[in-house]
Amino acid sequence: MEPIVISGYEVISCLGLDRRAFWRRLAAGESGLGPITRFDPKGLAANVAGEIAGFDAEALFGKQLDLLDRFAQLALYCARRALAEAGLSGGLQPWFRPERVGVITGTGLGGVESEDRAFFQLYGQHAARLHPFCIPRMMANAASAHISMQSGARGPCFTLSTACASATHAIGEAWRYLRDDAADLIIAGGADAPLTYGVFKAWEGMRVLAPANGAPQRACRPFSGDRAGMALAEGAAIFVLERESTARRRGAPVLAEIAGYGAGADAGHITQPGREGPLSAMRYALHSAGLRPDEVDYINAHGTGTRLNDAVEIAAIRELLGESAAAVSISSTKSMHGHAMGASGALELAAVVLALEHQTVPPTANFNLPDPACNLDVTPNQARPRRLRAALSNSFAFGGLNAVLAVRARS
Amino acid sequence: MSDQLTQDVIAIIAREQRMAPEKIRPDATFQELKIDSLDGVNIVFALEEKYNLTIPDEVAREMTSVGQVVEALRRQLGQASAV
Repeated sequence: MEPIVISGYEVISCLGLDRRAFWRRLAAGESGLGPITRFDPKGLAANVAGEIAGFDAEALFGKQLDLLDRFAQLALYCARRALAEAGLSGGLQPWFRPERVGVITGTGLGGVESEDRAFFQLYGQHAARLHPFCIPRMMANAASAHISMQSGARGPCFTLSTACASATHAIGEAWRYLRDDAADLIIAGGADAPLTYGVFKAWEGMRVLAPANGAPQRACRPFSGDRAGMALAEGAAIFVLERESTARRRGAPVLAEIAGYGAGADAGHITQPGREGPLSAMRYALHSAGLRPDEVDYINAHGTGTRLNDAVEIAAIRELLGESAAAVSISSTKSMHGHAMGASGALELAAVVLALEHQTVPPTANFNLPDPACNLDVTPNQARPRRLRAALSNSFAFGGLNAVLAVRARS
Repeated sequence: MSDQLTQDVIAIIAREQRMAPEKIRPDATFQELKIDSLDGVNIVFALEEKYNLTIPDEVAREMTSVGQVVEALRRQLGQASAV
């Protein structure tokens, strides 16, 4: 089977507007979390968010902006830049037939900023009518639709939503389309912009948000014995995926290989993660990639920073790798870019690709004290240079819906 | 010279379409102005907001030129046909 490779990608997050800033701060163990500035956080128990600063949407999109919720803006921005890197900003042809090019994006909450604003106008301010662009802005498939219009892709274009695993499922399904020869190029990734008062209050109700305690940048502490929950963030990352031969023919970059994908469900509890589901998804990812446990040098963990997730994930990794578990490097980059919901898997795949490129494991920031339930090498606080041949990127969603990508380093 | 209502409609269309108002002639059709059906409902929304009225769907559907918008709006506002 011919390798499926990444020929372009871009990331936007609270760590910065491009992947260079993303990697610089990840490698420095620097958190992008901070106090909420997007809205008045009065009445919120957890005043912590991963907000993107300095994103000038008006300059980027002009009139098109009227139709773009923030999540779609972030996705389209990344897609344009990823396509440019892949050498396709001038169009798909002559390299690809448009009907053989697809777009698959994941999002947890879609156009929730637009929805939140509109429903406040309606219920709170008793507006007589809502803006006619509410629907095109709110719809979860807006990002895929705008990317297809931008790129000219006329093949399989859709959006899937599996909460925190959305982007990982999206990229995994893109990999399957390419592997099965159902497409020649797929633009895939995820985007979410869930930073509204309503979303924060809803999460607050679940009692899983980490409090700021005077230091919002240190609120999210995955695997640390004093971890106290997750931190909501916004972001997007979009990847151009294709077979290696088409990338080489065009002289496009070959940045990493998506080697395998595993998906599965806990079939257990709507919010409590199980161990078997993640284990099974990781096993499928390894199997489909043809990787042995001892060839996996790095796992970018789902690592939300909640008490339960992190302990269960470590137990699953221990069982997956057996004797090799002691040698693997693990980290949760959510400690720095926060939990960007349906975009998280895309941000974390970007972190994995950058780790493989730089042969350096980004750390788990804000690690204060060991937890016996998380006693594998979680790369506390300091990035670690080491040989990295292959890596996994884990995403385990509420609902017990799990997805894992296996990635091989390419020179 | 066009009347005040026409000027106001042109200003709204210009704002929503991000066009210069002087590019919009009072007799221009939406097609000439590259205003599609989605742009059209957006303009109707902006008019409803500005004039605090509800424009019925069947009236909105007939608004496919600057002149039609002005005439329909004038009827909705219950104004005389000339100012």
